[in-house]
Amino acid sequence: MTAGGDIAGMERLAIRSDQDVVRVRQLVRTLAVSVKLSLVDQTKLVTAASELARNTLVYGGGGTVEAGRVDNGRRIGIRIVFADQGPGIPDLDLALTDGYTTGNGLGLGLSGARRLVDEFDISTEVGQGTTISVTKWCR
Amino acid sequence: MERVPVLKIGDILLVSILIDMEDQVALQLQEDLADRIVETGCHGVIIDISALDIVDSFVGRTLATIASVSRVLDAETVVVGMRPAVAITLVELGLSLPGIRTALNVELGMELLARERVDDFIDDLIGDDDQDDADEAVVAAS
Amino acid sequence: MALSTDEVGRFAGLLEADGEALTAAWTDAVSALLRGRLSHAELRRQITDLQNAFQSALSGGATDLEADAAGELRALLSELSNTRARQGFTATETAVSVFALKDAVLTVLDQGATVDAATLRDYVAFSAFVDRAGLFTFDTYVRAREELISGQAEQLLELSTPVVKLWEGVVAVPLVGTLDSARAQVVMERLLQTLVDTGSPYAIIDITGVPAVDTQVAQHILKTVVAARLMGADCIISGIRPQIAQTIVALGIEFGDIATKASLADALRHVLRQTDVRAARRGAGRRES
Repeated sequence: MTAGGDIAGMERLAIRSDQDVVRVRQLVRTLAVSVKLSLVDQTKLVTAASELARNTLVYGGGGTVEAGRVDNGRRIGIRIVFADQGPGIPDLDLALTDGYTTGNGLGLGLSGARRLVDEFDISTEVGQGTTISVTKWCR
Repeated sequence: MERVPVLKIGDILLVSILIDMEDQVALQLQEDLADRIVETGCHGVIIDISALDIVDSFVGRTLATIASVSRVLDAETVVVGMRPAVAITLVELGLSLPGIRTALNVELGMELLARERVDDFIDDLIGDDDQDDADEAVVAAS
Repeated sequence: MALSTDEVGRFAGLLEADGEALTAAWTDAVSALLRGRLSHAELRRQITDLQNAFQSALSGGATDLEADAAGELRALLSELSNTRARQGFTATETAVSVFALKDAVLTVLDQGATVDAATLRDYVAFSAFVDRAGLFTFDTYVRAREELISGQAEQLLELSTPVVKLWEGVVAVPLVGTLDSARAQVVMERLLQTLVDTGSPYAIIDITGVPAVDTQVAQHILKTVVAARLMGADCIISGIRPQIAQTIVALGIEFGDIATKASLADALRHVLRQTDVRAARRGAGRRES
């Protein structure tokens, strides 16, 4: 799926309420600081994580998140995987188009979250669920 | 459940948004603010987001809602204290905050609100004239 | 190619038995190479430490440099490399200082036992071990130099992107030289932070010193302006030379409603007029309420 790297010591959280979304942010923040991501990169990653966690809750009907450090031999980074068993995304291409958003405006959409990270992988099946994996590397 | 405090400073209500604010707290804030605007008759709302290290779509929606509701109640909103990293992230997303005015800090936010009040006054006086004329009139009158 | 345990044992023995002679020979060899840039006493001390580290690694049973028993040796080699790098020695000079151990061993062997096939095989195996140690210093050296250079590059970046306060509520960023991605990031972040720190609602980005503007540079400047606006500050771009103006139009870059002025002076005048208006309105506002 994604380009190399083993995740060390993944932490797993359930996403069932908006308090959980807060917990996801706190977890990602801590991880980002631990690998010394720059402030701007940290902000981008936590923002993306917050969005994807909220998507998992609101559109995926709840799910899980796993996050941890990755090392591809040359750089270290953070990888976060969101998974739900929700309705899935019927038209993935449309969902990934710039500016596309469901619900009331200002939603970042998947394309927005994608711009904030270095690697973005999504697999989804209608009726089965969605899994999104994002990675941000240290410069 | 914690509540975000709403402070009254003259004709302005000041709110400082907390980091990691939960949905319920945000909704309560919207209600509290609307109540206070009506109760005090204030014409300005300043939302201080300097404690926020990220602004996601939820925060964006909350700010937009507050601004809209306030406007209906004849109060203008200014968001202050956005951190540079947050601004850079929003730009990367291609996201602007439509219909939301911003200022660097509370002081500048209050100046902005005061200017807006004068503009409204001048508009009423002069009518739909060129903004430049209005500016000239104001400079000349001062 | 790792040493066999026997070879390791034999060489540990050799280093111990002829320790003094070895140190002397080694120091002389290196001294000749470095041509007096390091005092003899200092050199002797370094060599002695290194020799002891080799000895303890070998008598500890280290068959190659990666072994646990060779930990202290690796640490010492790294330290030597870093020190030499900082002192301005070349990578080769550092590596050959280690390679010279081979010559020293040869010298001592000549004076001692007969050289037969077995000794020769031993020597070759030991050579490989020393070679590995020398190359290790080379790697460490290169990494140390790279860190030094990137540190200096960062300092240079800091120095070449000043943000100055021009007036009450006005800061200016005179951009000079080519603007690459990395530099643009730094400039952007520093400008935005300065706006917050000084509470300046206006920033003038002067590009008189930027030789050419391509799409990438223009995009970086645009992003900076949009970010500043989101924060509640406004940017004016000044110092646009005729050629740059033509390039911008030719590339189809839209600056939209971002004010652009030919000179820094024009930009300042523009900002001050805005400030006047703001001050006047503030005054009127006070009288009104």
